[in-house]
Amino acid sequence: MAAAEAPIAGGLAALGPRQDRERFKFLSLGWLTPSVALLAVLFAYPIGYAVYLAFTNLELIGPTAQTYQFTGLANLTRLIHDPTFWQSTWLTLIFVVGSGIIAQTVIGMGLALLMRRALRPLRITISIVIVTAWIIPEISAAFVFYAFGTQGGLLGQVLGKTGDDFLSTVPLLIVCIANVWRNAAFSMLVFTAGLRNVPEEIEEAATLEGASYWRRLFTVTLPILRPTIVTNLLLLTLINISDFTLIFVMTQGGPGTSTAILPVYMYIQAFQFNNLGYGSMIALALVLIGALLSVFYVRQLKPEIK
Amino acid sequence: MSVRSPLSRRRSAPAALPRPDVLVVDYPRASVGGVATNLILAAVGVAFFAPLIWLLFTSFDAHAGPSLQWPKLTFSNFSALFNSTRLQPFINSLYLAGVSTVVTTVVALFAAYGLSRRHIPLKRTFMLIILFASGLPVNMLLVPVYQLFVRLNWIDSLFYTSLFLAAAALPFAIWLLKNFIDQIPDEFEEAASLEGAGSFQILLRVILPNALPGVAVTAMVTFIAGWGAFIVPLVLNSNPTSTPGSVAIYEFLRINGVVNYGQLASYSLLFAIPVVVLYLIASRWIAGAFTFSGGVKG
Repeated sequence: MAAAEAPIAGGLAALGPRQDRERFKFLSLGWLTPSVALLAVLFAYPIGYAVYLAFTNLELIGPTAQTYQFTGLANLTRLIHDPTFWQSTWLTLIFVVGSGIIAQTVIGMGLALLMRRALRPLRITISIVIVTAWIIPEISAAFVFYAFGTQGGLLGQVLGKTGDDFLSTVPLLIVCIANVWRNAAFSMLVFTAGLRNVPEEIEEAATLEGASYWRRLFTVTLPILRPTIVTNLLLLTLINISDFTLIFVMTQGGPGTSTAILPVYMYIQAFQFNNLGYGSMIALALVLIGALLSVFYVRQLKPEIK
Repeated sequence: MSVRSPLSRRRSAPAALPRPDVLVVDYPRASVGGVATNLILAAVGVAFFAPLIWLLFTSFDAHAGPSLQWPKLTFSNFSALFNSTRLQPFINSLYLAGVSTVVTTVVALFAAYGLSRRHIPLKRTFMLIILFASGLPVNMLLVPVYQLFVRLNWIDSLFYTSLFLAAAALPFAIWLLKNFIDQIPDEFEEAASLEGAGSFQILLRVILPNALPGVAVTAMVTFIAGWGAFIVPLVLNSNPTSTPGSVAIYEFLRINGVVNYGQLASYSLLFAIPVVVLYLIASRWIAGAFTFSGGVKG
């Protein structure tokens, strides 16, 4: 191969620089310089630093705040033997899979499908409400749902149990409800856009062949939307796995550690218990879990990408 | 992405022939199972609306509490907030969101233009790294960034916190803007370049006007993220004079023993208004932003 290519390459070189596409100019890199500088100092460097700190005994205060050192696998051993970490991982999975992936996909798809067949004024009104829930700052939503679940709040009113503090009795359920309320709009918008791209002829053909609504939905519409659904699952995972504000403001991870999903547990360890090094190790574990889930989805999506 | 500029309309040639579904109002089949559909949707809508109406009612209620009740109308919840302790955090939020938005948008526009229009080695790799970075949880960087800020004495500085927020928003912004600029035909620049325009001129006079919807979306996404940012300023801006609105609301809720529902509701409502207004202004540009456009274009 190499021998056969050499004379051709020589021949091309004799023609001078190729003219059919733009050549690399050093000045072109100038466009990227500000971005690369910003990302290098405040993104890439911290990533590397995070990995290093995860293997040190750095603390927020005390003697090791100044003279911390590399402690090998000590933090990793601690992580593996930390029951709160495993509880926290489990809570993260329930939160991400339950209130993120399953609930938001089902409700988002349900809303998108209902909207298609609903009256126009109703559709517009409800879109505005759901999108408002999504666009308001997370802190405002967290305060609203703190009041929603607390003693004498809206949930107690609806259930006729005004004496119950649902943030103590079923805290995980309340933060999950809050999370679905807040993020349903995203999936709804994605699926609404996806449904608009489903060719009407295909659905009409199925109708003419006598297929019922549900049969059309499950054998025609949803299979066409598969790539959108899988991509959305990936995005939902990334959005929900790093959620902090909603849970932290509503419950501060409590009562005890019963709602301390990994980002909250990381914050508690690093900035409340002052274990910066160990907190960094928890953050690494979180990224690893996110990466594993992402790889899983990308594999699912492969047939579509080709 | 739907680009609403004369340019994009020219590019999608079949626009001259109206598609059949444009002639019929939106969804024609609103009859079968219509009543049930509308009832279910209305019920879901009420459930989603209840927490929002609670926030509105409570902020005007003289006897505010956690339950939903008809308000005894008062403006005292709002007027109690008009002092420097409560309003300074809003100015800080505006600073954080404003500076990070300007930095991210300008810097990302340069990078997106370079990546879209210049021959740059390892471009595809760079775009993949950018895509990966935009999915990375920023929480992961909190400990090292805190440590970095302590060492450089940047703690409690709104400017450096905004720079960090800008860096965190940058990967997604580059990704978004490059996809927008890719859709602008080369001929426009070639024409401008023949007339002797320099690179900056081309970016400013040709690319920017045509990529305006993309720039607006990027700026809006960054602004909303910066305005709502919570954990980053919670860690980096602990000094009361440099905390933004999000942290101020959290401290108002958590640090005082008794929850002041009325004032907290009006505070949260006031804090939400800017982003809602911004979304309404920018929403006409976002139509179609939720259709996933193709993969990595090298």
